[in-house]
Amino acid sequence: MTVPLRIGFIPLVDAAALIVAVDKGFTAAEGLDVTLVREVSWSNIRDKLNLGLFEAAHLLAPVAIASSLGLGHIKVPIAAPFNLGLNGNAITISPALHAAIMAEIDGDRFDPMATAIALARVVAKRKKRGAEPLTFGMTFPFSTHNYQLRFWMAAGGVDPDEDVRLVVLPPPYMVESLASGQVDAFCVGAPWNSVAVDLGVGHILHFVSDILVRAAEKVLAVRQNWSEKNPAVLAALIRAAARAAEFIEQPENRAEATNILSQPERIGVDAEVIQRTLVGRLKISPDGTMRESGRYLLVGREDAARPDPVQAAWLFAQMVRWGQTAYSAEALRAAMGVFRPDLYDSALGTGKQAAETSGTIGAFTGPPFKPDDIAGHLDAFAIRYRKA
Amino acid sequence: MSAESSPKIVIVDESPIRAAILQEGLREAGFTDVVHISEMQSLLAQIFAVDPDVILIDLENPSRDVLEAMFQVSRAVRRPIAMFVDQSDAASIQASVEAGVSAYIVDGLKKERIKPILDLCVSRFNAFAKLQDELDRTKSALEDRKVIDRAKGILMKAKGLTEDEAYVLLRSTAMREKKKISEIAQSILTASEMLK
Repeated sequence: MTVPLRIGFIPLVDAAALIVAVDKGFTAAEGLDVTLVREVSWSNIRDKLNLGLFEAAHLLAPVAIASSLGLGHIKVPIAAPFNLGLNGNAITISPALHAAIMAEIDGDRFDPMATAIALARVVAKRKKRGAEPLTFGMTFPFSTHNYQLRFWMAAGGVDPDEDVRLVVLPPPYMVESLASGQVDAFCVGAPWNSVAVDLGVGHILHFVSDILVRAAEKVLAVRQNWSEKNPAVLAALIRAAARAAEFIEQPENRAEATNILSQPERIGVDAEVIQRTLVGRLKISPDGTMRESGRYLLVGREDAARPDPVQAAWLFAQMVRWGQTAYSAEALRAAMGVFRPDLYDSALGTGKQAAETSGTIGAFTGPPFKPDDIAGHLDAFAIRYRKA
Repeated sequence: MSAESSPKIVIVDESPIRAAILQEGLREAGFTDVVHISEMQSLLAQIFAVDPDVILIDLENPSRDVLEAMFQVSRAVRRPIAMFVDQSDAASIQASVEAGVSAYIVDGLKKERIKPILDLCVSRFNAFAKLQDELDRTKSALEDRKVIDRAKGILMKAKGLTEDEAYVLLRSTAMREKKKISEIAQSILTASEMLK
């Protein structure tokens, strides 16, 4: 008997494990009849998952947490038993802002502290001559992109709520908005950074892995009560996704995987552009400069797929830092409870041994992150939301 | 806004026809202060300029995520937006999401004033979807007719059949193969193209 499932996704490279699981027949082999539904907004995905129009979804990790805490919308507890990707975002800036930062930089251009301090100088100079504040695009209020941009610029002394404008832009509009000068920079996932570079309208300033060594990005999300009622179906889905993640990470399968992902009804961009992000070798500047990183986007390697509650705690801490919610021990527990390594382990028989990498955030600045003292941790950061 | 005056409503929709249908429905129901935004560039700035009490947006619109930013405490937001629906109103959200529309309500507007707006939205969106569906079906029926006519012509010429005989042959083949007549007709067109 096959089980019909409707799963929503946004056309981004970090939906790879989900798309390949379905299109390679891994879900069918598990007895699942999955219909993938391509969506245009995170709000739609969240609502359709919450209402039961989707059984599962490709979801921003912070949205899964926000939904479970009832932030910004109705409260629906979500379970995330599988990480679809770690890292994978990049900060892309206009040629003009790139030139301005490079003129001010004192240090290595891939060092986020050096670029953040240079950005602060650019911002101060603009303020002095009465120019409009710089505008940064990101994808959603509860998004890794929002927190990564804020974490980075605040380290250099830029208050993201006072000194610049942060605006939400749907990913497909990012490149156009950068080209037209609506935004000066953006933080988004693949393939949009590469598209901007290819069109000559942007420079990739940072891979997010410059800012955080491991950052939970998208999760496979289900409603918590659905997960309790359908444990066998969920385990089958986790197994299919894990098989796909492993398939994608094998270099000899890359061509096939990128071909699947590039199909118009999936991600719908050129296979070569997708290939770059999976391999981690990206053109970062219109003049053809290349940059390679082994940490650009982790789909299955280095235990990337196993949910780590410490990552959920870090994301919750960012919500507190920027005034999206107040800290409480109960809310922290609920946030950490969204990430479910127990469901991952029981589906895959991976046992109880915690991965070596578990608990690693690896931020470029500030004290090491400890979920048991978030208030103390946040005290280490001068710039944060303060009640007016 | 006084309790008596009509709330100011913004419709964000790239489909001018659907927006017009909705606008007309709202006007008939007595909501006269309605602005339609179809240009997605600097959407928030346009919304701030209108300063509405209610924002309606279609779910096919990627800019829905832009509106979500207005929930935030950020200083960029002048009047905070809240979804009027609370936990108890899940049915309202369900109906609107299924119809393909979402409503954002500026804080301060009374809940009982929202319900008729949303109900109207849902019924008009459903009506538009039905209309669209009928249009699509009519279009595809027309397409099918053209394909069948051409296939009949080919059969008549190749096998010396009358038009009625050609149609009977198409129909009986379709029944035997458990396919639609238009599919059999299409394969005849494809085959005859290849054999040219």
